[in-house]
This record gives sequence, C-alpha cells and structure tokens, in this order.
Amino acid sequence: MKRALPLYALGAYLFLHLPLAILAIFSVNASRFTIWEGFSLKWYRAMFADRDLLESAANSLLIAVAATILATIIGTLAAYALWKKASPWLAGSLYLSLVTPEIVTGISLLAFFQWIFRYLHLRLGMHTVILAHVSFSIAYVVLVVIARLRSFDPALEEAALDLGETEFGAFYRVTLPYLAPAIAAAAMLAFTVSIDDYVITSLVAGVDSRTLPMVIYAMARRGVNPVLNAVSTVVVAGLGALILISERLRRTA
Amino acid sequence: MDAVLELANVSKAFATHKAVDDVSFAIPRGAFFSLLGPSGCGKTTTLRLVAGFEAPTVGEIRLNGERIDLLPPYQRNVNTVFQSYALFPHLTVQGNVEFGLRNKSKDANPAADKVRRVLEQLELSGKEARKPSELSGGEKQRVALARALVLSPEVLLLDEPLSALDPQLRQQVRAELRDLQKKTGVTFLFVTHDQEEALSLSDTLAVMRAGRVEQMGAPQELYRKPRTKFVAAFLGDINWISGVGVRPEAIRITRGAEPGSKMAVVSATSFLGPSAHVTTTIEDGTRVTVQVPSSDGPYAAQETVYLSWSATDELRDLK
Amino acid sequence: MTPANRLRALFLTPAAAVMLATLGVPLAIVATYSFLSRGAYGGVEIPWTQENYTRLLDPLYGGIFLRSAWISLLATVGCLVLAFPLALFIARSGARKNLYLALVILPFWTSFLIRLYAWMFLLRDTGLINTALEALGVIHAPLPMLYNEGAVLLGLIYGYLPFAVLPLYATLERQDPALLDAAADLGATPVHALFRITIPLSMPGIWAAAILVFVPCVGTYIVSDLLGGSKTVLIGNLVQNQFTSSRDWPFGAAASLVLIGAAIGMLLLMRKSREELL
Repeated sequence: MKRALPLYALGAYLFLHLPLAILAIFSVNASRFTIWEGFSLKWYRAMFADRDLLESAANSLLIAVAATILATIIGTLAAYALWKKASPWLAGSLYLSLVTPEIVTGISLLAFFQWIFRYLHLRLGMHTVILAHVSFSIAYVVLVVIARLRSFDPALEEAALDLGETEFGAFYRVTLPYLAPAIAAAAMLAFTVSIDDYVITSLVAGVDSRTLPMVIYAMARRGVNPVLNAVSTVVVAGLGALILISERLRRTA
Repeated sequence: MDAVLELANVSKAFATHKAVDDVSFAIPRGAFFSLLGPSGCGKTTTLRLVAGFEAPTVGEIRLNGERIDLLPPYQRNVNTVFQSYALFPHLTVQGNVEFGLRNKSKDANPAADKVRRVLEQLELSGKEARKPSELSGGEKQRVALARALVLSPEVLLLDEPLSALDPQLRQQVRAELRDLQKKTGVTFLFVTHDQEEALSLSDTLAVMRAGRVEQMGAPQELYRKPRTKFVAAFLGDINWISGVGVRPEAIRITRGAEPGSKMAVVSATSFLGPSAHVTTTIEDGTRVTVQVPSSDGPYAAQETVYLSWSATDELRDLK
Repeated sequence: MTPANRLRALFLTPAAAVMLATLGVPLAIVATYSFLSRGAYGGVEIPWTQENYTRLLDPLYGGIFLRSAWISLLATVGCLVLAFPLALFIARSGARKNLYLALVILPFWTSFLIRLYAWMFLLRDTGLINTALEALGVIHAPLPMLYNEGAVLLGLIYGYLPFAVLPLYATLERQDPALLDAAADLGATPVHALFRITIPLSMPGIWAAAILVFVPCVGTYIVSDLLGGSKTVLIGNLVQNQFTSSRDWPFGAAASLVLIGAAIGMLLLMRKSREELL
C-alpha cells in the first residue's frame, strides 16, 4: 500500500489536470485540427480581434467586480452577526442557496424579475445579473469569513470594550483587521464563482449583458473551436492564479 | 538468565538527531523493566523500536532469541499500551478488546472466555457495551491494558501509561499495575519520566540520557550507588558538597556543634507534610538542603545550625 | 435593545434582505406557479390545479427523474471510490499536504464550463483520443465517445471529484495516527486496519462527500446539455426547457419544486455532518 498510494495519486492528478493542459498545448497549435503542425499564436490573435468575446469579457469583469464588492460587504457583516449569535433562518437560507440546483435558482429569479417588472418599468440587464450574483456569492463569503472567526478570541473584543471602544469600534478596530486575510480570500472566491457562472446568468441576462461564459457556452455547443482553446487557457490561467492567492491568504495565520 | 527480550547495540538516527545511540539490554522473563529519563532521552523511541513502529538504523532486537527488528508490528508478539491509550473510538469496550484476537484467528467469534476473563481481571465487567467516550480516565487505561493483555504478549510495552491520569488516581493505579504484573507474570517494559514511578514499580530500571543508557540496575542500587551525577540527580534530590553528593535525608541537623559537623545558616524552611526541607548555606557559600521530620524544628531564618552525615552516605567519584 | 444587539441586527439586515428578495420570494413565486395553469402566451393563469404534479408521475417524466437519480448515484459512487485513496494520500503526505491539497482545490474553482469543454476536445469524433487511436491504427472509424450517457457520467465525475476529496481529506486528516499504530500493534495488517479502523472512522466524511456530489449532480443542466447532446435529458434540462422553448412555466415550476424538496431533504441529512463541509 505504501507504493500503490502515491502511484494512484499521480494518476488521479493527471486525470484532474491533463485535460486542461492538453487544451493549453493545442491553443498554440498552428492547425485548427487535432494534429500538431507547429507553434503559433494565431488563435490568441483571433481571440483579441473578436469584438463579441472582448465585449462579453468586459461585461463579465464589470459584473464580477460589482457583485464581489457587494457580496463581500454583506457577507462579512452577516458572518460577524451569525458568529455573535446563531440565526437559524439566515443560516438555513444560506445553506439552501448552496444546495439549490443552479437551474432552479435561475428560473425562480427569472420568474421573480418578470413578476416585479410588471409593476416597475425595468428590464433584464446588468443590474439583474449583478443582483443574482450577489445572491449566490453571499453564502461563500459567509463560509470563509465565519471559519476565520471561529479561531478569533472573543476576549480581544471584550478587552477593546473594556478600554473604552464602542461595539462598532471594537469590531472595526480589532475584529476586522483580524479578518482581513479571510475577507480578501472570500472576495476572490466570490469573484471566481461570479465570473464563471453560466446557468443563472443566461436566464437573467438581458440583451446588453451577455457575459463571457455565455459566449463560451454558445461556442462550445457549436463544437470545438481553436479560438475557444485560447480563451480557455487565458481564463484557466487567470482564475488559477487568483485561487492560489486566495488559498495562501486563507491559510495566513 | 532466561532473557525474553534483548536489544544488542541498537541505534536509531533521524534526519536531525540520533534518538537512540548504541543501546543494549536484556530483560529476564517475567520482569518489570523500566526505561527512565527526561523527555527527548530516547526512551519512547526505544519502545517504538521494540513495538515495530520504527526500524533501528543499526543493531538487533531479539524476542526469545529470534530477531524481530525486521518484522512489521503486526507480526511481533509484543503489545503496547499507548500514552494516549489510542482506543478505537468507533468500537465498544468489547470490540476494542476483541480487536487483536480477530486479527489472529479467522474465527468470527474469538475466544469469548478469554475476553471475559481479562475484562473481569481488570474490573471492566458490565462495561462491555460502552464506547471509549463514555469511560473515565482510569477505565480507559484498563481497557488499553485489557486489549493488549488478552493477546498474551511475550512483552507488554507501556508508554507512560499513568501520565494521563489525575494525580490522586495515579498512586492507586500504580499499585494495581504492580499487582497485575505479578499476577499475570507478563514481562513489562515500562517507559516513564517519573523517577518515583520507576523506583517503586521496577525490578530493574535503566536510566537514559541523550539516547544512551546511563546506568542500569535494581532501584536501590541506582539510588544508593549512582555512577554518574546525572543518575544521582535524576533519581532524587541531592546536595553537592565539595564534589561529593549527599542526599537531603542522609544529613542530620543539630543546634550544637558535633565532631566533624559543618556550620550552616538557615535561609528557609518548606513544609512538605510528613517531612520538611530546611535550606541552609554552609561556610563556602554552598546551599545544602536537609530533610527533617516535620515534627522537628522549627528552624528560624538566620539561625546557625550544624550539619553532619556518615561517610557511607557520601556518593563519591561520580562522572 | 442593547447596543450589541442593535449592531448585530444592523449587520444581519442586508444579508437577510437579499436572501429574502432573491431566494425566499422567488421560491414562493415558483411554488405558487406550480399550482397554476399554463397561460396562452406562456406565463401563468388561474385556475388552480394539481395537474402539474400528477403529470410528473407520467412514465415519460418519471423516467427522466429516475434516470437523473441513477446517473447521479453512479457519479457519487464513482467520485467516492476515486476520491478516497487520493484523500488518504494527501492526509498522509506530511509537510507537502498543502501543496497536494491545492492541486485538488485548483480545478474545484477553475471554470466548470471550460473543464467540460476540455473533455469535448478529447472525446469528440475528431478529438485527441480518436485521432491518436486512428493514427496508431487501433481503430479505423472514430469511437462515438461524446453525446451519450457515458460522457455525461464522466463529466459529472470529473466535475465533482474535488467536492468529494475535500470532506474526505478533512475527516482523514483529523484521525489520530496512534490508532493505526495500535491496530498494527494488535496484529492488523495495513489492509485490515484500512477496513476496520480508517474507513469506519471516516463515515461522517463519506456521507458529507456523497451529499456534496449527489445534490449538484441531480440538478445538473450544463453537463448533460454539453456532453449528453440531445439524447440525454435530465431533470435540469427538463426544467430549463419548460421555461424557455416549451413555455410551460407551471409544469417547470412543479419539477423545480420537487428538485428543491430533494435538496432540502439532503440538507437535513447533511446537518449531522455539516462540520465536514468546507
């Protein structure tokens, strides 16, 4: 068993990572077919020349940044409140938002927006996508921040109160600095789940708010496309770097 | 001598240090043998080498004359009582005690009689269905003993088995452990850092320091005739007066001068219940502690007293 | 109200408001729709009816539910079997634990969509595997590996394998190594110790992993849509269809409610092992 286990792990890691590595290799292949014809960056050039891709990428970034900022603030405050005292309703609804299938979240949000738009003169667009993303990101933020709060000594806040801080002052000057790495990690996590979402986004997006995953999805459904290999490589590399930074922050003592 | 377990020139080197350094000893069948030393002296590593959790870098370990140092732990007829007990949390008392028997035989219902006898012997009858989390510290310790003893090991290895118990319980369990060893006749290899435990329990004890056996022998012999200053100091309080060791209980204290006595000034007295320790300073500035019955005295600070002891109580020529 | 309580209420309010508006109210709307009739131009109409639920029992739709449950079960078992040894390896690899763990977490958060696309690239008729096999002369016509249930199962296992590794690792990492020493000391071979100590003690983690994989699998939409082609319809695709091309919102709502019910059931099961989560 001593030798079999590392060998197995090697196989499992290859299974997890090889498909993406192959995609990256073929993204610099001169041929549009699955035969190696030499190194070329032409698919990357094609990617940067594609207006549709660039526009949707810009939309995705805008949505992800906005949703991340909102979800991180709301989620951090909620985590702190939940840490002070359990709230079964809020905790339950956060867990529910984690286990609800994305397609159900998407259609219920769509039904909700269509229902209230009968009374408000609004349409689907960036704002509905951002609201949806805030909604499903909060639970991730709460999970990450509350994990860090569990290792926080409540006596530190009591010491701050004892030394004359108000409740908010104690939170702001003692607890918040302690949570900083976890909040940063949570924000990056929220950013990655936001920028990657297809199912919910595609249901609540309007004509002016096509996101990168929607364009990627449409391309993938049409079949394999070497430009998509290049796009994939850029997205995976970018998200991968973000995740590694986030993991480092989460483990910072 | 009929040695059940022998270690011949055993060493164990880890990446950063040598944990066990050329250790040799033989344990007679049925003996209570202790390894005593401060933490990091290599006593637990020695135990783990015998159990098979570590392999020696050099040397041989023989059980009944046959080499076992190359065998995995599950093929050695020695069993361990772990410091943390390591009871399986998902199994009942019964399940824990049967665990090893099931490994030995393919029989699904292992020697039920044997299990019952061991549980009775360790006063665990009626607690068979409990999980480890429902047991007291003393009960856990007895389950750990039962689990190992039921396999009739050639040698039972005990890794500081009393250290997790409350101080009051420790005294009582110590006596029970000694009785158990005599009754079962199983050879015990006992590891501890508590000199009182080692002195009161062992037939033979080996004092270890920095991976080496410093001295080995019967408890009285080691206490009375230590070969090194380390052994002398580790086994009990000692005063060093002009290069000679004298134990506090060997010194007599008098208010008047006697032939050969040394003048000293009392600095403090600490009351220890049945006895008291009087701390004094002799002329050359050396501090000397004297143990007196607590009915003696009291000795006031700054009082001048005289200390004397017999030459036979002096520990000389220690390295 | 004490100042501390006021602060807590203030902090709780935004999250509570967002969850109420974007989860509570929408689910209530869907629940209401599921008892209404289909509108002439899409949308919903009175009268109230239970017909949407009785229609789900129709063998056609019942079959879709069963197929979703079955394929999710296979994916869950597959993930557990593949994940356990990997989690064991990571938990026992000492100082390099964090590195090995990061190698699992990385794909966990990397674009799910792109990870599925990578398999399309490998599996399709002119994909890398078929091209390579043809070049080697092993086959003469491409093997149909994409757009079938096998591809969906592979996609699910590939997608959710990290979900299974993390809780298993968490539970294995906490196990006292002295227990394995004790098992060996009492005569158990490493294989015996695995089945009698390690696996029984990992049961909470195994349950958590199973639920974490099963729940998203049952509701999946993109895996079957991308890798299954038009042949493999699962509940997720059924729901999506009702709200887009078929425009039968009440029926889609009823199917959604059944999915939500299953998810809540799992959530309650998970409560016991919630600590194993993230």
